[in-house]
Amino acid sequence: MTASLMDRVRDRAVAERIPIAVHFDLTYRCNERCVHCYLDHEDHGEMTTAEVKDVLDQLAAEGTLFLVFSGGELLLRKDFFELIGYARQLQFDIKIKTNAMLITQSCAERIRDLGVRQIQISVYSHRPEVHDAITKVRGSLERTIKAIRFLRTCGLKVTVANVLMRQNASDYHGVRALATELGAEYTLDPTITPKMNGDTSIVALRMPEPQLVRLFKDSEIVGEGFCGVPAAADAETLDGVPCSAGHIACYITPYGDVYPCVQFPLPSGNLRQQRFTDVWRHSAQLNEVRSIRVRDLTTCPSCTHVASCTRCPGLAYMEGNMRGPSSADCDKSKLRAGAAGAEGASL
Amino acid sequence: MSVVVPGDKLAARKVGGEMVILSAEDSSLFLLNEVGTAIWEAADGRRSIQAIADALCAEYDVDRATALADVTEFIEALAAAGIVSLSDEAAV
Repeated sequence: MTASLMDRVRDRAVAERIPIAVHFDLTYRCNERCVHCYLDHEDHGEMTTAEVKDVLDQLAAEGTLFLVFSGGELLLRKDFFELIGYARQLQFDIKIKTNAMLITQSCAERIRDLGVRQIQISVYSHRPEVHDAITKVRGSLERTIKAIRFLRTCGLKVTVANVLMRQNASDYHGVRALATELGAEYTLDPTITPKMNGDTSIVALRMPEPQLVRLFKDSEIVGEGFCGVPAAADAETLDGVPCSAGHIACYITPYGDVYPCVQFPLPSGNLRQQRFTDVWRHSAQLNEVRSIRVRDLTTCPSCTHVASCTRCPGLAYMEGNMRGPSSADCDKSKLRAGAAGAEGASL
Repeated sequence: MSVVVPGDKLAARKVGGEMVILSAEDSSLFLLNEVGTAIWEAADGRRSIQAIADALCAEYDVDRATALADVTEFIEALAAAGIVSLSDEAAV
């Protein structure tokens, strides 16, 4: 995808406040029980097929182009193909996030024929005993790999998403090599978030600092220049918005709740009671999120890391203040700078 | 007469008056200007290049010969990029 054209599209969406990217979880039910999962897998009344289609109509009318369908495991919905087909009729660009356990050869062919652009699949380790211990489903890695092969045989673009935590902290080279062997792209993420209900117990699964530093110093994985002395903040940084959540992007739960982002569970409206356009344009919560500039944050503007920090407003919100710091990102920023210092000292 | 048929693996949305088109097959991205957007919207799978030129004449102050030349050039470019094809049968 051409970056400069994408920037133009994003700039236009920002200027006209178009929800160009929406993450839509169709279910929280799941056939895995991952140790780090932030969701409640009980079905508390998912939107029906007709309700989801109505929401898709509304999103298309509001200008949404990029649609991420996720869950839970969205292939557990019996109307999965019907909904994907409907979304494609509305000409959305579709990315699916799945564990792929239910994807057979014929499923892969249907996904290809419907014009899905990208499938992101969670793989935690190249070692079955590690992956299966995280998903709590014996044989899950084998089934997921088999499905990736089906999808790749169909010519579909697959990204292997490698969430890193204590249990698999040293497996990223192995997972990346597996992705390469399968013809898939690779992405990693060391972020473990609290549960949606506020339970923070799973945060203890985050990668220990020494392993995080080792990752940050691994230029083969993170690229050159990832660690370094933070750049000085300029006016543009301070006048900028913390991220796209609520500005050009939002998240919709299987129950119709609207949040600024999947990682930012600030209730902003419900599509069983309100039209999407009313939530998007008039929600007091979304408007509050939109009003925040980096210079408005409580401590970040004076922090030396502000220009390079990956502060997540949603994680800050879950810590109690959407204008406050996200301590996990504070730690990462400091580790990145510290790793650069250690590197420099050894040269 | 051949009709212009948009590809079936495309995502498309008008963003700020300009059509954004994204191919599911190779992730290529196209951004059409106002006139390109009008041509794209007229290319509904049932119209020929000539009919699209007629639609453009109805919308813009342009003579038919110029419109036909512009539409032909534009559709050929889209066809070369693989996002439309010319078919003897109208799309359903």
